[in-house]
Amino acid sequence: MTEEIIIAGFGGQGVLSMGKILAYSGIMQDQEVSWMPSYGPEMRGGTANVIVIVSDERISSPILTIFDTAIILNQQSMDKFEKSVRPGGVLLYDPNGITRHPVRKDITIYQIEGAQLAAEMGNTKIFNMIVLGAFLKVKPIVLLENVIKGLKKSLPERYHKLIPMNEDALTMGMKNVVCSNSLN
Amino acid sequence: MGELKLMKGNEALAEAAIRAGADAYFGYPITPQSEVIEYLMAEKPYDRTGMVVLQAESEIAAINMVYGAAGAGKRVLTSSSSPGVSLKQEGISYIAGSELPCVYANVVRGGPGLGTIQPSQADYFQSTKGGGHGDYKQIVLAPASVQEMSDFVKLGFDLAFQYRIPVLILSDGVIGQMMEKVELFDQIPRLTDEEVAEKYPWATTGKKKGTERRIITSLDLDSNKMEEHNLHLQRKYKTIVENEVRYELIDCDDAEYIIVAYGSSARISQKAVQMARKKGIKVGLFRLITLFPFPAKQMQELCKKGVKGWLAVEMSAGQMVEDVMLSVKGCAKVEHFGRFGGIVHTPEEVLRALEEKIIGD
Repeated sequence: MTEEIIIAGFGGQGVLSMGKILAYSGIMQDQEVSWMPSYGPEMRGGTANVIVIVSDERISSPILTIFDTAIILNQQSMDKFEKSVRPGGVLLYDPNGITRHPVRKDITIYQIEGAQLAAEMGNTKIFNMIVLGAFLKVKPIVLLENVIKGLKKSLPERYHKLIPMNEDALTMGMKNVVCSNSLN
Repeated sequence: MGELKLMKGNEALAEAAIRAGADAYFGYPITPQSEVIEYLMAEKPYDRTGMVVLQAESEIAAINMVYGAAGAGKRVLTSSSSPGVSLKQEGISYIAGSELPCVYANVVRGGPGLGTIQPSQADYFQSTKGGGHGDYKQIVLAPASVQEMSDFVKLGFDLAFQYRIPVLILSDGVIGQMMEKVELFDQIPRLTDEEVAEKYPWATTGKKKGTERRIITSLDLDSNKMEEHNLHLQRKYKTIVENEVRYELIDCDDAEYIIVAYGSSARISQKAVQMARKKGIKVGLFRLITLFPFPAKQMQELCKKGVKGWLAVEMSAGQMVEDVMLSVKGCAKVEHFGRFGGIVHTPEEVLRALEEKIIGD
């Protein structure tokens, strides 16, 4: 199994940390992982994106142009990365703030109302965990228990009290992801 | 099995420095390697092992602090990125001339000049052909993963002390900024002052009564002696060429074509090899691990097996390709491919270059 993912959105949405948690979860189940961020001026207030690869085998290139899954969290990233999904692949996006929705017919498109659900849960910071939950429902490449283990490993001890809330957010994402087109 | 962590290449290098029993790190921040000094400052290695971490007033000060500490037999390192490494070259030449051990890392960014903060491999000439003045060489290790960013610090110190030579860990913005799984090696204890004095008869550890003065210098105004010193250095470099070549061959057994690459370009090229193999193209990857010494002999052996073409892939306008040409001595066609100035080539572009420049003709 090799899953090649791009996560793209605004700086501050938790794009990079979502990728990091996903990568840590892969390590928890003995997989190879790579996490390659865009870095530099792009990070400061503009777009942020990260390529995450989770695989059973040694990973070759950490830099890719075609992905199995694109997780898209703003319009600029939609414009840039809709075309980068492999035919038969998955595009997952939050429709909040999207005016030009994806149109491709050769990929499966999913929506998650991440921003809205986070607001309803009373904490906008768990937005990225809702989206991660949605992704893991569509592509269960890592087990939920390993995500929790990964969180424990990547968060300093003083934040461990926040783990149940993150778990709720993951579950919320899993429950609320909807397919907005169907290949069949 | 050592501790498993998800780390950036820069962080892994910093952690490895502490674990390798380094006595000191002197540096000055620059993107894309600032995480090295950030990590070291946050980790407080002085509390862990007694290792000193100091932000110098400039790259030039940092390399001269390295020169001084190395002269005292200490395990010492510095790191920077391209423009900062250019500033260090005078010091590197002095360290090489004085035959002192040190490790330094260059997390290369696009140049020339201040260039860009994005990844590049355009410092190959500087790294392997001198950089500073004089007939000197340094061992150049090219990590292609976060794991190797850690492992090569330990290996680097071993080689630096074995040969009393500067060892350069040459990576780039990709390897420095990406995170991967890394298995950390166990802590190696720092040497005590007594152990240093006993182990390194050349180190300036304080003159005891009845012992000879030890002098660290790269200067000798007697040209005959200086030529002798140069001949001695050249013999040392020859020994290194004979014994320390490191490389990795991937899918080369039946290969008609070979891509030569190092560092992040090797990772990207490996993907291109996989894609090419799916199309039935018999291509392999020759990944350089040491850039000096260069695996010339090993390339000649592959030539004898009938390789029809070589593609040198590097994020530069064509530097390493010259060493590939010198190594294969015209046995087959050699071409270069690479994006540069901070642009990272994609596996698809590498595959296209292979098809157009090597196979197509």
